[in-house]
Amino acid sequence: MLYFSKLRVFAVLIFTLIISYSAASNFLKFDDDYFSKNIKLGLDLQGGSYLLLEIDNIPVITQKLQSKLLELKRYFKDKKLILKNFSVNQSSIIFESNNENVNEIKTILDDDSSEINPYFQQYKSHQFDFVEDNNIFKLTLSNYGLVLLKNSSLDQAIEIVRRRVDEIGTNEPNILKRGNDRILVELPGLDDPGRIKSLLGKTANLTFQFITQNSEESFGTEKLQFEGESEEAIVSKRIILSGDNLVDAKPTMDTQSNETVVSFTLDRVGTKKFGKATSRGVGKRLAIILDGKIISAPSVREPILGGSGQISGDFTFQSATDLALLLRSGALPAPLSIIEERTVGPDLGQDSIDAGILSLIIGFVLVVLFMIYKYKIFGVIANLALISNLFLLVGILTLFEATLTLPGIAGIILTVGMAVDANVLIFERIKEEVKNEKNYIIAFDSGYSKSRTTILDANITTLIAAFILFFMGSGPIKGFSVTLGIGILTTLFSVYFIARFCTAFYVIKNKNKEKLI
Amino acid sequence: MKIIQFNKFYKQLNIISLIMIVASLILLLFKGLNYGVDFKGGTLIEIRIDQGSSKISSIRDSFNQMNLGDVSVKNFGNETDYIVKFEKQSSNDTKFINNIKTKLSSSIGNVDFRRVENVGPKVSAELLKSGIIAIGLSLTAMLLYIWIRFEWQFSLGAILALFHDVIITLGIFSLFSLEINLSIVAAVLTIVGYSMNDTVVIFDRVRENLKKYADIKIFELTNISINETLSRTIITSATTLLALLSIYLFGGEILKGFSLAMILGVIFGTYSSIYIANPILVLLKVSQRTILKEEKN
Repeated sequence: MLYFSKLRVFAVLIFTLIISYSAASNFLKFDDDYFSKNIKLGLDLQGGSYLLLEIDNIPVITQKLQSKLLELKRYFKDKKLILKNFSVNQSSIIFESNNENVNEIKTILDDDSSEINPYFQQYKSHQFDFVEDNNIFKLTLSNYGLVLLKNSSLDQAIEIVRRRVDEIGTNEPNILKRGNDRILVELPGLDDPGRIKSLLGKTANLTFQFITQNSEESFGTEKLQFEGESEEAIVSKRIILSGDNLVDAKPTMDTQSNETVVSFTLDRVGTKKFGKATSRGVGKRLAIILDGKIISAPSVREPILGGSGQISGDFTFQSATDLALLLRSGALPAPLSIIEERTVGPDLGQDSIDAGILSLIIGFVLVVLFMIYKYKIFGVIANLALISNLFLLVGILTLFEATLTLPGIAGIILTVGMAVDANVLIFERIKEEVKNEKNYIIAFDSGYSKSRTTILDANITTLIAAFILFFMGSGPIKGFSVTLGIGILTTLFSVYFIARFCTAFYVIKNKNKEKLI
Repeated sequence: MKIIQFNKFYKQLNIISLIMIVASLILLLFKGLNYGVDFKGGTLIEIRIDQGSSKISSIRDSFNQMNLGDVSVKNFGNETDYIVKFEKQSSNDTKFINNIKTKLSSSIGNVDFRRVENVGPKVSAELLKSGIIAIGLSLTAMLLYIWIRFEWQFSLGAILALFHDVIITLGIFSLFSLEINLSIVAAVLTIVGYSMNDTVVIFDRVRENLKKYADIKIFELTNISINETLSRTIITSATTLLALLSIYLFGGEILKGFSLAMILGVIFGTYSSIYIANPILVLLKVSQRTILKEEKN
């Protein structure tokens, strides 16, 4: 085991050098693309904000049920089936049929090629499940139907969140899906997430509705509050225009009133609708409603046919900018709430890096001195392995562009402490072997081979712990498991190749020495 | 080399361990653990104030005026740094943190919010659950691994040693009301790995010696094996502790709890590999036949 082919030594050397080169690229600037990679710093080291948003799907479900209800009404009317007593509650649609139609309705709802209740072959599920009792039907979303609905609303929400975050222009935001109702937003370098939180916290549902005195409006009416005031107004439920019809919005200065306003441009459909409504509604007050609150309700003085307009409402320049941003990026399908937030300021991040590096250096020096004290020349060899181990570890983290976190740095330091274990096991075994075997080369050989299973066993157990941490842990803890896990692999490599080469080289040169170890 | 009679103290130390485990369990059951915001939910703010501008009591006062419920303020490393924790979290008030900052600045002057953690009740419950699952899963994985590699008597010894380490470490955290957060879970898992590692090294030697010496009783044999691996045990524990000590002393406040848990774990892990794992082998009357029978199968 102490003799190696030149090729093998060469291969190990090249491999180590390449990885070390990649490690060095973190500190030196290289020109080539392959090695100009850097370890990414986690939010806890570079500073930044981590937000976990949860989408409230109840309104989405209610909306879906309501639209399904209309669809059902129309569908069964076309089929000339008579249904009555339609109603919708939180989770189901209820209707009643007469005796002779019951079976036909059941067949339609149960049909695999049903148009009104689509069947998903691969999931063996309809969109809706139903029960019938005494001619009363109750339809609820099936599990798969619910998942489908949640996924589509999450996809929409992610898109809107991305647009809003991009508009603010933070560097390299990271926006990810989590499960089927959560969105993870990572914003490196942002130390005050206040503005982005307030932007993400708004649904930004914009509608234009007429204010009415007449409570017998055919569409029904609702009582809404003015933004920031207790004053209320009765508005018609009829929606003239919604945010969907906006193509652009920006904050501008109104030259007449010297106020900051948000001016908007409508698309073609919106222009037509708006023109028609304002032509008919001259003299009425048009309420501009955002998320259920009236921003302002100007009187319509003349028909607006040009497809553009202004929203005024005591804006500061900042709030006008934010509103314009929200309108440009569109409405969320449902409200989002922030269920977890972690923000680290940049100076704390830097302090953590400094402390991490300081403790790494101190830990490293202590271990190195201890090994030299314990094993003399073999301690030096173990240290050589330790140094190349560190280079390999950092190099591999760099190549994979892994994220380094503060616990990750702790993982590196811990690797330093535990990495010498393998060499210690080998050296101790060799010491025992030397007692019975006078030929050093044979003694070293059997020292290596007899300690191998122990070393593997010992390292696999730690590797198991690292694996579980990787799959169960989140954020910074994941960083720890990555460095711990890769650290074990680089440790085995540095012990079995680098340290063993050095040991072999030394032993063969000095095999006739009196006391070798 | 001098042989140390570790096995002379098996009984006494097992009794002490048993007492410590029972005490830890009682503590865990009745006093419980001091969960941080990760697992309890709530808000944590690390603040830095201008040097000498304020006292901890005035910070506490100004937070108490804000109606945040039970507020805890603790010094955190430097004189100028404090950790403030309270149960209320922002829910949907997006200006929550900014409002606190404004109020605080007006009462005690310039403050810097170095770190803000805000965890909702749903998330904290999930984090706690996944933490417990992770620890349970790792213990199971270790059990399976060692079961495949060794005979069942060895597995039992190793797993009991693991439980011993984890329970006592958590017991100490409970006793001193040290905070349990996500990084402590990471530490516990690493302890599990380390303690197993240590036990496996000794067990490997026990098994090797069992094959070698048919006539030595297991009581004696464990002692020989412990002695043969002793210098490795000491050196590895020493280097690991050196690294951990360096994290504890110089790695910053955030890593203090993590490194402390690891230090305790390494100490108990080393101890339990000798004094829990081995006496179990003696108790279960492991002999050469145990491993030979296994090999025949």
